[in-house]
This record gives sequence, structure tokens and C-alpha cells, in this order.
Amino acid sequence: MNTNMLGAINNAMDLCMQENSDMVLLGEDIGKDGGVFRVTDGLFDKYGAERVIDTPLAESGIVGTAIGMALAGMHPVPELQFASFMYLSFSQLVNHAARYRERTRSAMSLPMIIRTPVSGGVRTLEHHSESPEAFFAHPGGIIVVEPSTPYDAKGLFIAAAHLNDPVLFLEPTKLYRLFKQEVPDAMYEVPIGKASVLKEGDDITIITYGTMASIVSDVVEKKKVSAHVIDLCTINPLDEKTIIEGAKKTGRVLVVHEAPTSFGVGAEVSARIAEKAMYELDAPIMRVASPSFPYPFPGYEQYYLPNGNRIGSAIDKLLSM
Amino acid sequence: MLKAIYSGSIDYMQIMDENGTLDSGLVPKGLTDQMLVEMYKKMSFARALDAKTLSLQRQGRAVTYAPLVGEEAVQIGSASAMRQGDIFVPSFRQHGVYLTRGLPLEKFFIYWRGFEEGGAIPKEVNGLPVIVPVGTQVPHSAGIAYAQKYKKTGAAVIVYVGDGGTSEGDFYEAINFAGVFKLPLVVIIENNQWAISVPRSRQSAAETLAQKGIAAGIKCVQVDGNDVIAMYRATSDAINYSATGPTLIEAVTYRMSMHTTSDDPTKYRPDADVEAWKAKDPIARLMKYLVGKGLWTDSMESKMQDEQLKLIDEAVEKAEQFKPDPRSMFENVYSFMPETLKSEEDEAIAAGFWQG
Ligand SMILES: Cc1ncc(C[n+]2csc(CCOP(=O)(O)OP(=O)(O)O)c2C)c(N)n1
Ligand SMILES: [Mg+2]
Repeated sequence: MNTNMLGAINNAMDLCMQENSDMVLLGEDIGKDGGVFRVTDGLFDKYGAERVIDTPLAESGIVGTAIGMALAGMHPVPELQFASFMYLSFSQLVNHAARYRERTRSAMSLPMIIRTPVSGGVRTLEHHSESPEAFFAHPGGIIVVEPSTPYDAKGLFIAAAHLNDPVLFLEPTKLYRLFKQEVPDAMYEVPIGKASVLKEGDDITIITYGTMASIVSDVVEKKKVSAHVIDLCTINPLDEKTIIEGAKKTGRVLVVHEAPTSFGVGAEVSARIAEKAMYELDAPIMRVASPSFPYPFPGYEQYYLPNGNRIGSAIDKLLSM
Repeated sequence: MLKAIYSGSIDYMQIMDENGTLDSGLVPKGLTDQMLVEMYKKMSFARALDAKTLSLQRQGRAVTYAPLVGEEAVQIGSASAMRQGDIFVPSFRQHGVYLTRGLPLEKFFIYWRGFEEGGAIPKEVNGLPVIVPVGTQVPHSAGIAYAQKYKKTGAAVIVYVGDGGTSEGDFYEAINFAGVFKLPLVVIIENNQWAISVPRSRQSAAETLAQKGIAAGIKCVQVDGNDVIAMYRATSDAINYSATGPTLIEAVTYRMSMHTTSDDPTKYRPDADVEAWKAKDPIARLMKYLVGKGLWTDSMESKMQDEQLKLIDEAVEKAEQFKPDPRSMFENVYSFMPETLKSEEDEAIAAGFWQG
């Protein structure tokens, strides 16, 4: 089928719910309304109110209840309406979701997929544009994925549904309807923990994910640079092998993400390259990311978000070193 | 042994019915006809402001906006009962509260154009900026109330939260704190029956939201939220009582329009429900009363509308002259400028924020 990311995720959920009668969706406005972005559209009519659950407005309750369901043999898919509001369930995620397997020496585990829209660029109100991946990758124990294409979105969701672990599934709002792609109708998996090489090249390695992936690809194409572009797809656990091979291949590394620069995924990626490929680099590792403070109101977002110009000038700088 | 050790009940207050007829024994002393005319004007103003902002949003001149239409009496009735020094804590739909408390309209429009400068609420307005994460403002209001008690200011704090918001842990935690510390807090649940597409019945199995206050050991009452006189009275009573302790007011009203400009209510609610609530319109009701008493005429109405539209247009014009300075993002992160942030700012300035 030819679909955008929103349709791909909807289809993945549909297939997984058909396959696993213990899978349920729960969240705010996901039923009758089909979700504020319509990601769950049609599933309420198809699977009914017992499996597509409109919950009270309570994020800690949504995630905490989902954890209980997972402990009792179900495979819940809680949706947090926007990533900011997932912070109200931070304790459930970090104190429980991250730890259950470890603290029971795998006697218990939490098969669940926590879905939430992330990132900005679409002029939304305050608290609707967060890029929270680093918070949830940091403790360990929670798998964090962030697709940037419809194909990856469907395949990663299905892989997550077949896993016996909590997976945080981050969906860039801006990409929901940005472009369509041919996607297989049937079930398929995109492996979790594996980065994808978007483009092979020799002069510079650009490591990115989420909203920035398509912007990076555009810049690279426009500038006609020979860039090796890696889309992480999974933030935790990182595909270190693909990262290090990519870094060694060109000797020049740029990491691009939308989340703030400081203490972000870029720092982790850079540290690993410094640890394992330092002597094969021809220039310092560079980061292009948002400035080190919270996402602004929509009127300022154009001055905050990394854009093509900024990525382009970082590429020029790295290539001139 | 088995015996009942507690039983509670909730009063429902309505003073002016749908036809504008008063239950005169309940009208608060000191509420003059002139004050009612003022409230009528404020409610009309709020509705006009709402319509204008919606139309600006549709033209791409405002960001996503949450309309208040239908909920004017909750907001203007309660805000009119506040005293000069009382402090309010809104959610994101309380435009009528800002209006009544004298927020310069230009600020309102700067906010809804999407700039933080609109969140710089002037001190004399005595309120917080818009709060989007649902329910999270209620604990703040308890803290502000604690500070009033601690500093003996005598001020009360009035916080607004939606029916949906009462499902959040923060809501329960805050009213519980308020009860334990007997804080000068008035919690107004603006129950407009909907939290986006989720109906009131999905938020709680409790018959009223007011009764949540019982578990917190605080005073609670349910009020006809489309009756501005009852809203005024309930809020005044709560403010007068605030030196003794908190009150929870459930204002029963209806969201007559979409949740926000991003929402399509036809997906989840029948138009007939909305039609039924039209008969309870808060503004029409007060107008009937005022006209019946000879306090309001057609010519007063048209003069008022003209004046209000003029003020609104002037404010929009001023707000649209506002030019953002991206440096302000960097300069307001901390009370001082860390070196790491300074270098990010310098780089951005040198590159013209990469806008070229
Ligand atoms: C913590 C949190 N969760 C979800 C949202 C998304 N959201 C915005 S408004 C809203 C419904 C709020 O309903 P209610 O509290 O009744 O207030 P109303 O919109 O009716 O004024 C939701 C779910 C949010 N802003 N904050
Ligand atoms: Mg509501």
C-alpha cells in the first residue's frame, strides 16, 4: 500500500491486534475520536470499546494501568497524547517500566508499546513539541525507537509488538503526513537496535533520526556532497557498529537532532565515536541540534529548530577542516 | 459492629434560571444592578474577543486556540467576585478571567500569536500565564495559597481546572494539601462536560465532581455555571471563607464550540446536544433579566458592541506590530548567562539564526 506514517502505524496496530487478542490500546481520545492526530482512526469501530479504551484524563494512570495489564499477560499499547504529557507518567516509566525485568531477574517482564507524538516544526502550542528521547533512553531498561519513514514505522511497531519488553515508540508529528511511501500490506519487521543507512557516501558521515532525517537528506542532495547518512531508528539500544563503521569510513562526523544540544543523544553518539574511532577521525565531531533550553512558543520555533541552512553550514565547516 | 460513620451531601446552587428569573432570597447582598450590567458587558466582551481570535486563527494570524463560548458566566461571575489582591491561576480557556482582571488585550493577542511576551502577565493583573498541561496548575495554586497564609496577605487564590483535569493525580494531591493546610484556596472546576472527545461520564463514576472535595475534607458545592449570579455568589462566599479554609466549586456549564481550533466535534457528539444547551445560554439569560428590569436596551447593546469591537481591533493592531527578537529566547533561560549558552547564542547571532 501507499501510505504516510500515520497510515502505516494505524495499519501496524490493526495487524498486531488481529494477531494478538491480548493487545489493547488505551489513551485519551483514541476511541471515538480516533486520536487527536487520527492515528487510531477506525480501530474503535473495528475492535470495540474493550480493546480501544478511551481513558479518563490521567497519564500516570494510563501508563500505570498498562504496566498492570502487561504484568497480567496482556500486551497494552498506551498512547500519551503528546510527549509533554508523558512526563506526568515519568515515575511509572522510570521507576517501573525500566526496572521490572531487572528487579525480578526476568521472572516478570512488561510487553508494552508506549506511543507518543514527538518534536515540533508544526507551530503548535507550548508543550506540544517535545523531543524526550534522551530522558527515557538514559535509565536503561526501556527500548526507545523513533522511525522517520512510513516503512520503518510499520516494521518497528510490529517488531516491538513481538518483543517481550517495554518499547517507547516516538512518532514525529511533523512526519505523520509529510510524505507517502510504498509499504508492504503484510506483516514485516524492521529490526529493533539496528540503524539504517539512508545514503552511502565517502566525505562526511551524518548521523541523525526523527524529524531531522529528511531535512539532512534534502541538504545532502542539494549540496551534492558525498555523505554517508545514518538514521538511528532505534535510540536505545544504539547500533554502535553502524555508527563506528560510518565514522571510520569518512573520518568526519556530524550528528544532527532536534532535541536540545546539551546532554542529548548526540552527546552519547559522539562519546562512543570518541572512544572507539578517535584516531580515524580527520576533524572534531560536530553536533547540530536545538539550543540548550526548552522548546519555545510557536512564534519562535523557526529560530530554534535546526534547519537546512544550519546543517549546510556545519557540513561546509567540517569539510573544510 | 457496623454503623455509618460518614454521610455527605452536595448542594446545587442556581439563582437566576434560564428565563432570567431570580430566586431573590439567594441574591447576594451588595450585588447591584449596575454590577450586573457590568458583568453582562464583560460576558459579551469575552464572547466578542473569542469570535475575533477564532477568525484570526482561521486566517493564520493566531495559533491553535481554545474557545470559551458558552462558559462566560463561570469566568466572569467568578472573576468579578475576586478582590483586588486575590490571585488567579488559569488553565488555557479562561480568557474571560483575564479580561475581567484587566489583562491588556494586546498581551492576550501576543500570546495567541505564539510569543512568550504574551505570557509576561503584568503584576497588577495578579494571575499566572496560560497553563497547558492539564491539572498541573492546581498544586501551584495550593503553593501560592500557602504563601498568602504564610505572609498574611489576606489574599485568596482562585484556580480553574476542567472536568477532565479533575482526573489527574495533581488535582487530588492539590485539594488534599489545601485541606490539610486549610489554605485560602478556591478551586473552580469548569465542568463543560467534555475533555476533547471524552464526555464527563468517562472522567468519573462519581455523581458530581464537587463531591471530590468531600474526600479532601474541604467545603464543596455545585453551581449552575451558566448563571452568572450564582457563580458570583459561590465565589464570593468561598473567598470570604478562605481565611478559614478552601472551597471546591463545580460549575456546571457546556463547551458550545470545538475543543480547540484543531478539533472536529462532529466526530464524537451530536449537534442536538449542543442545541439543547443553547436554551441555557448565560448571556441571553442575563440579558432577559436586564431588559425585563429596564436596565438594558437595543441602543445600549449596539453602542456596547461597537465600543468593544473597536477596543479589540486596536489591540489586534498593536499585537500585530510586535516583532520577536530571537535573542530573547537565550536571555531568559536563567537569571545569569552561562558560558555554554552564551556560545550557542553567539553562534546563532553570527549566523543570523540561519534564516537567510
Ligand atoms: C496533562 C495533559 N494531558 C493531555 C493534554 C491534552 N489536552 C489538552 S486539553 C485536554 C482536555 C481537557 O479537558 P478539561 O480538563 O475538561 O478542560 P476543557 O478543555 O474542557 O476546558 C486534553 C486531553 C494536556 N494538555 N495536558
Ligand atoms: Mg472540559
